[in-house]
Amino acid sequence: MSALLPILTLATSLLAAGVIFMLPETSKTTRTAVNLVAALGKLGLATVMIIGVAEGKTYEATLTLLPGLQLILRVDALALLFLALSAFLWLLTTIYAISYLGDGPNLSRFFGFFSLCVAATTGVALSGSLITFFVFYELLTLSTWPLVVHKGDGASLAAGRRYLIYTMSGSAVLLAGILLLEGGLGPIEFARHGSLAAGDPGVLTGAFVLMVAGLGVKAALVPLHGWLPSAMVAPAPVSALLHAVAVVKAGAFGIIRVVYDVYGVALVNELGVGLPLAIVASVTIVYGSLRALQQHDIKRRLAYSTVSQVAYIVLGTGLFGPYATIGGVVHLVHQGLMKITLFFCAGALAERIGATRIEHLDGAGRRMPLTMAAFSVAALGMIGVPPLAGFVSKWYLGIGGLQAGQHWVLAVLAVSSLLNAAYFLPLLHRAWFVAPPADARPAVASREGPAWLIGPGLVTAAAVVAAGVFAGMPFSPLGWSTLIVTRNYAP
Amino acid sequence: MPAIFADLVAPAVPWAAISVVLPLAAALIAALLGRHAHRLAIPTALAGLAVAALATTQVARHGVIEIAVGGWKPPLGIALRLDGLGCAFLLVIALVSAGVMLFARAGFGAAPDGSETRRGYVFWPLLFCTIGGLAAIAVSGDLFNLYVGLELLTVTAVALVGLDGKPAALAAAIRYLLFALLGSLLYLLGTAILYLVHGTLDIRLLAGAASTDGATLTAVALMTAGLMAKAALFPLHGWLPPAHASAPAPASALLSALVVKGPFIIMLRLWFEIAPAIATPFVAQGLGALGAAGILIGSLLALRQHRLKLVIAYSTVAQLGYLLLVFPLAGGSGEQQPWTAGAWTGIIFHAMSHALAKSAMFLAAGAMVEAIGDDQIERLDGIGQHLPIATFAFGLAAVSLMGLPPSGGFTGKYLLLSAAFASGQWWWAVVMIGGGLLAAGYLFRPLSHLLAERHQPGDLVVVARSRQTIALGLAALSILLGLLSLGPYQLLQIGRPGAAAEGLS
Repeated sequence: MSALLPILTLATSLLAAGVIFMLPETSKTTRTAVNLVAALGKLGLATVMIIGVAEGKTYEATLTLLPGLQLILRVDALALLFLALSAFLWLLTTIYAISYLGDGPNLSRFFGFFSLCVAATTGVALSGSLITFFVFYELLTLSTWPLVVHKGDGASLAAGRRYLIYTMSGSAVLLAGILLLEGGLGPIEFARHGSLAAGDPGVLTGAFVLMVAGLGVKAALVPLHGWLPSAMVAPAPVSALLHAVAVVKAGAFGIIRVVYDVYGVALVNELGVGLPLAIVASVTIVYGSLRALQQHDIKRRLAYSTVSQVAYIVLGTGLFGPYATIGGVVHLVHQGLMKITLFFCAGALAERIGATRIEHLDGAGRRMPLTMAAFSVAALGMIGVPPLAGFVSKWYLGIGGLQAGQHWVLAVLAVSSLLNAAYFLPLLHRAWFVAPPADARPAVASREGPAWLIGPGLVTAAAVVAAGVFAGMPFSPLGWSTLIVTRNYAP
Repeated sequence: MPAIFADLVAPAVPWAAISVVLPLAAALIAALLGRHAHRLAIPTALAGLAVAALATTQVARHGVIEIAVGGWKPPLGIALRLDGLGCAFLLVIALVSAGVMLFARAGFGAAPDGSETRRGYVFWPLLFCTIGGLAAIAVSGDLFNLYVGLELLTVTAVALVGLDGKPAALAAAIRYLLFALLGSLLYLLGTAILYLVHGTLDIRLLAGAASTDGATLTAVALMTAGLMAKAALFPLHGWLPPAHASAPAPASALLSALVVKGPFIIMLRLWFEIAPAIATPFVAQGLGALGAAGILIGSLLALRQHRLKLVIAYSTVAQLGYLLLVFPLAGGSGEQQPWTAGAWTGIIFHAMSHALAKSAMFLAAGAMVEAIGDDQIERLDGIGQHLPIATFAFGLAAVSLMGLPPSGGFTGKYLLLSAAFASGQWWWAVVMIGGGLLAAGYLFRPLSHLLAERHQPGDLVVVARSRQTIALGLAALSILLGLLSLGPYQLLQIGRPGAAAEGLS
């Protein structure tokens, strides 16, 4: 039983991908059914394992590739955090995508790769060794590319090319780092407090830099972030996938694994590579926000906001100290909930009233009140307004910075929150307090939109509120992150 | 039933010999059958797979199998010798040739009115002979037998290149012939010297006798040069792209996947089994440098091609370059590595995976060429919708060729990269990682077109789904080789030469 559950969890989306690829384009109902059954199944399995792990059970499955080299799926608390997030958001994104894409072309291909993408994310979450992580990390790159170029027009293909150049180079650097380490030490598994015994500090530092740089491409750390804004041409569900469910998260998650489960806090301190990482993250936070301020396209503004927000996770990782770590880890979930809400809403706004630029938002609150309400909640959460999810993250990061003796972190957080407010509040102001232009395009229909398009955003917005209000509960994202940190990373 | 099975794979059963006789017999029958020859495809493919599987089981159970042909032991007689490496090669031959035969049934049968065509008549005997030559190389235990296999391979492969009879194809075939003949001459000369000096051509006996004397050195140098010409290894690769691009797609698949690997297997036997002692660090690094040059130049040229089949052919030049990295990297296993002979095993994984992926890619390209009528990359827009299975096959094969996980190509690359870092020769790692990125560059270009919107006018020819599926099957096998790599790994350790673990001195 303990080996079966992780395999089944991976299989839900992997099998769904295989089945969907084979379905003819016209069998929409079957495709929808397969998608939803798989997504619900994965969510159910994740729930079972969350309860199990809370009780202290372990789940592990291995496949021997070569003597001594194994693919390992190992379920620990951190893995479950990411798994539960991606399973929950996969379900909602699938519902959203079914409505958003409607009867467009190549849908079997789209949903096939979409499921494959989620399978890869599951694998990334459950990886128990560096090589397993790499296998799924690379699978994620490959399965997202067809989604980025889904429209098949010139702009999509150009964005796809850019995406590949960045991510494939990143993976190559990551692989070099992994093998530089494993060349001297043999295959490396993730373990509590790190698994490295001893080694040449030069090699260890070199491998750390290579691995973090490789992971930093997907995590969109400045200056490796260029692919993310240009990938905006992809359909909105793909943006949700890139920004919240899978891709940038995989990068950030990988950095957490490398820092805590490969090197361990003690060794990272000894090598002195934690502080530079925190500084890079801080630069990214401020730079991403500044660039977001300059964008007038809604999705581009959101993209630069992601650059900035994902770096919070890395910041928490680089600072150490239990509070900072909790703040970073919990932001993995909080950022996902908030950002996916924003993208769901941005997609709905573009679809229903053609609003793609900030000036189009005038009066949008009156025309699409539910959507704009959800958008506003998420935006306020991003700014860090209590008691929303984003506030909890920033609070823990701030305390963590003080604990670590890095007082400048407070300044970074303050500046970033001001900038967040500066680039989100004008949108809310336009939507709620400016009258719609006289020549506004009439809404497509009298209703705000189909339930499958509007509903997912409302659910995630509610989750943003709940994650903040109920942060003190044991199974809230914060409660679970605290469990992860006290169980695994506390000295 | 198990008892019968045990008898079937007993050491005395000459599966090694049967694996050579079977395709040659098929060639004879095909010549007699004429326009019905394509009917041999399915039975021969199945029989080939069965024989390869039985031979492999035999070796897995009983270790290296040695058969003295006619009952005469070496040095008087000739020995067939089947080890793990030979089995791996036999299995890949059986799989790839099965795919090629099934795919070619539609294109190389009788004309629509039932009459015989030159193309249909000539193709099958040539194909079967090529497979026979490859099998002979897999099972031969002495240098002269290897020469015979090599010659059979060359003659039939050249004919396959010129099969279409167009001027460009004939020119490419002639060029190939010149290189191949030069290679044969050099190889034969080296063999003669070895025979003169040591009085035997049996690999195992030579391994005991060969030393670092000048004659052996000259012989090995000559043979290596000859084999490099036949294997299209840099700088003797010039003949390959036009030849493999102008052959009919199923023939290209066989040529790129296997025919160029035959000579390399002989090179491995020569250096690692017969004369590991004569390699100096300079020689090993030098051969590695030629391989690196092949990887970089082949990839850069592949990036510049406008025809799909030329991209795939230049990719073969690049991928063959990796093979030469075995010379500097063999023996570079660190103390912490759980596997010995990592680089040697890795290179064979790379070769097997490349064979499966490249044949899949050429067959998928064949389906695309049939659909649009030519192989201009610019005209591939939107073919993904028309040929989804072939496109998927192309994508999967590309994953393996780029060395991305999970694929046989990745397993090979992992072993090679580990050896490079463990032995401190990081520059080879840089070359390999760079080569992987370049491969992504030249393979994602056609893939982008396949997924793009279609604007070109003109109708697309329908290609049967079953034929596209053959390409997908081969591509899937190259992926599976990476996931189920433990079995192949253990097979390759059977009869592995000592120098593979210790490295060339």
